[in-house]
Amino acid sequence: MGILKTFALGGIHPAENKLSASIPIEIVPIPQQAIVPLGQNLGAPSRPVVQRGDKVKVGQLIAEASGFISTNIHSPVSGSVLKIDGAIDSTGFKRPCIIINVEGDEWDEQIDRSDDLVKEINFSAEEIIDKIKQAGLVGMGGATFPTYVKLMPPPGKKAEYLIINGVECEPYLTSDHRLMLEKGQEVIVGTKILMKALKVEKAFIGIENNKPDAINHLTELTKSDKSILVIPLKVQYPQGGEKQLIKAALNREVPSGKLPIEVGCVVQNVGTAFAAYEAVQKNKPLIERVVTVTGKSVKKPSNLLARIGTPIRELIDAAEGLPENTGKIIGGGPMMGKAVTSLDVPVVKGSSGILIMKEDESSRKTESACIRCSKCTTVCPMGLEPYLLSKAAKLGKYDIAETEMIMDCIECGSCQYTCPASIPLLDYLRLGKGKVGNIIRNRNKK
Amino acid sequence: MFTISGSPHIHGDESTKKIMYGVVYAMIPAMLVSIYFFGLGAVRVLLIASISCLFFEWVIQKYLIKGPVTIFDGSALVTGMLLAFNVPTNLPSWMIIIGALVAIGMAKMSFGGLGKNIFNPALVARVFLLISFPVQMTSWPKPRAITEGIADVITGPTPLSVVKEGLDAGKTMSELQESLPTYMDYLIGQMGGSMGEISAIALILGGLYMIWKKIITWEIPVSILITVFVFSGVLWFIDPQYNADPAFHLLTGGLMLGAIYMATDMVSSPMTRGGQLLYGFGIGLLTILIRIWGAYPEGVSFAILLMNAAVPLINSGFKPRRFGAKPGIELGS
Repeated sequence: MGILKTFALGGIHPAENKLSASIPIEIVPIPQQAIVPLGQNLGAPSRPVVQRGDKVKVGQLIAEASGFISTNIHSPVSGSVLKIDGAIDSTGFKRPCIIINVEGDEWDEQIDRSDDLVKEINFSAEEIIDKIKQAGLVGMGGATFPTYVKLMPPPGKKAEYLIINGVECEPYLTSDHRLMLEKGQEVIVGTKILMKALKVEKAFIGIENNKPDAINHLTELTKSDKSILVIPLKVQYPQGGEKQLIKAALNREVPSGKLPIEVGCVVQNVGTAFAAYEAVQKNKPLIERVVTVTGKSVKKPSNLLARIGTPIRELIDAAEGLPENTGKIIGGGPMMGKAVTSLDVPVVKGSSGILIMKEDESSRKTESACIRCSKCTTVCPMGLEPYLLSKAAKLGKYDIAETEMIMDCIECGSCQYTCPASIPLLDYLRLGKGKVGNIIRNRNKK
Repeated sequence: MFTISGSPHIHGDESTKKIMYGVVYAMIPAMLVSIYFFGLGAVRVLLIASISCLFFEWVIQKYLIKGPVTIFDGSALVTGMLLAFNVPTNLPSWMIIIGALVAIGMAKMSFGGLGKNIFNPALVARVFLLISFPVQMTSWPKPRAITEGIADVITGPTPLSVVKEGLDAGKTMSELQESLPTYMDYLIGQMGGSMGEISAIALILGGLYMIWKKIITWEIPVSILITVFVFSGVLWFIDPQYNADPAFHLLTGGLMLGAIYMATDMVSSPMTRGGQLLYGFGIGLLTILIRIWGAYPEGVSFAILLMNAAVPLINSGFKPRRFGAKPGIELGS
C-alpha cells in the first residue's frame, strides 16, 4: 500500500479500543416515550409546529427551521404529543423538547420503507438540496451543521471536490465503520447524490487504515466508477477534523478562519451520505441513526440503530445494562464527547456513540506544574501553542489569546491528552475561545 | 451520580514523573563509567548531591512556601544527579551541599519552582561553585579503573586545560599531543574531568534512550554538536598547530554532557524546532568562543546559561507553523 496519507501537523494515536467493530448493527426497540430536543443542530433551534395532544406519525414534521442555519425536525415515532417542555439534553441543561407518547408505529405514507436499493438519481441539484433541507439533515459526525447549507457554496465560491469522511478517528466509536460495511451501496449512492447537488465531478472517501474491511468493501463498490476514490489513511487523531482530512486527502490547507469551500472542498460524514440517500431516494427524513454503545465494562458493546429521542437508557439496556462500576457516561467519543448527567438524555441527530467509563477511568489526574516540555505544541494539529493559550485564557489576557490564534483551536483535545502535567489545557482554551469570540463579535458590531 | 468533566475523557500515559525518571535512567551508563574510573568518590558525590537537593526542596516547599511537597516528582533528583555529574569527584562534601542549595533554592525555587526557572538549576550551581571555589572545582582526580585500587588522591588537569595552558604558553598542538589521552580514552571516559562528563559513549547512549523515549528532541544536541564541530573545524583547518581538532572539542570537557543533558532541559529550552536549532547553534558558537578566546578552558556551562537567558526571546520569535497560515518562510514546527 506504500506510505499512507495523513495530515501534516501534530496529531496523537490514542488506544483505538474499537470494541464493537465486528458487531453488526441491531435495531433498538421503539421507546415508550420519545424526547425530541428542538436544538439538534449547530445554529438556531427549530420552531415547533405541533401542539400538546396532536397525533403524529413517524416522519411527520414536528418542528421547522427557524432561520438559515437551522433544520426541520420530524417525529421519530408515532403517537401523541404529551407536551413541549424542558428536559435535560446532552448539554446537561434543561432545553425545550417535544415529548411524544408512543402509540404503535405508523409511518408517513410517502416514506419508502423497503430495503430495495434505488440507484437512479432522478432529481436536479436544486431538488436534491431542497429534499435534504426538508428532511432535516445535519452533519452526523457530531458537529451537526445543517447539511443543505454546506451544499450551497456562497456566491463566487465553487466546490471542486466532495470528501466523504469515513475516518472515525475517535477511539471506541464504530457506527460509521458499520454503516460503511452494511450500507456501503447506500453510502455510495448518497455520495453521488451529494456530488450532484454540489455539481462536482470527483469525490474522495477517506477511511483510516484500521478499517481495512470498510476500505476494501467501498473500493470494491466503486471499482468501475472513476469519479469516487477511496483513500486509505494512516491512523492518526484528529484526522476526522475537516481541515485535517482535507490536508490528508488533497494536501490543501484551509486558511485560518475560513471554511473548506475556500479550497474547493466540501466534507460530509458517511452517516450524512447515508441519510442523504434515504432522504432523496426514500423520502425518509432524519429520524434514526446508528449509535455505538461501548466501553471496557460494557457487557455487549453494540452498534444500534435508534430512533432520535430514544433515552440513552434504552440503548444501554440493549447493550446488556449499565455496569455497576460506571463513573462517567459520555455522549460521543472519549476525545471530543460530552459527559452526560442522566440516563434520560435522548439520542439526537449528532449522537455517534455512548461511551461508558468505569469509575477508575472517570476522574482526571491531579494537575501539576507545566514543565514546558512543548508536547502540547508538538501534537497540536493546528500548529498552536496550547500552553501559551491556556495561560493567556487563565490570566484573562484575551488580546494575547487572540493574536496567538486561539480561534483556530478545533478543540480536539490532543494537547490535554498528551500533557504530562495533566493540565486541563482544553478547559482553558474553551474558556478563552468563548471570551475572544465575544470580543470579536462585539468589535464587528461597531 | 456520574462524573462530569470537559473532553478529552482519556489521557495518555505521559507524566512528569515518568519523564524525570526517564532522565535518571538515561544517566545510569555515565554514572557506572564514573564509578568505574573514580571509585567511591563518584558514589559520594552522587549521594550527597542527590540527597541534599531532595532535602532542600522538601524544606523549602514545606516550611518556606508551606505548599504541597512534590519532591518525588523526580525533578529534584535529576537536578541532584546532574549537579553531581558537573563537579569533580574529590570536591569537599560541604561544597556540594552549598551547590545543592544554590541549585534548588536559588535557581529553582526562588523562580517559583518546577517549570518556572529560567536557568538550568544544576548549571547555575556548577558556575556558582566554579567562581566561588575555583581551585577545588578545577582539580580533577585522575581516572583510574576501580580494579587498580580504590583510594585515589592524584589529581590532574583535563585535556581542555592541558591544551589551553599549553597553547597560551606558546606550545603547538603536536608538542602537546603526548600529554593528552587518546581518542579512544575520550570515548570511553579515561580522562580527567567532572564526574559525569567523561565518557562520550555512555552519554550518547543515554541521549539515544531519551530521544527514543521522546524526553528530548534531537534538535538541540545535534545543532550544538554540529556547530562546535564546524566552528572548531574551520579554526583547526586554518591553523592546526594552534587549534585543537574538532573531534577533540566534541569529545572533551563537558560538551557531551551539556549538549545531551543540560541544554535539553525542557524547562529552560525553547519550545519549537526552529527555536531549538537556533538555541543549539548559539550554545555551540559560545562554547568555542569561550574555549578558544575566553579565560576559562571550558565554556559549555556559560554558553548554555547565556542561551537559557535568551529562551523567552527565542520563544516569542519562533512560533510553530500555524495550520492554514499564509505560505512563507516558516522556521518553527
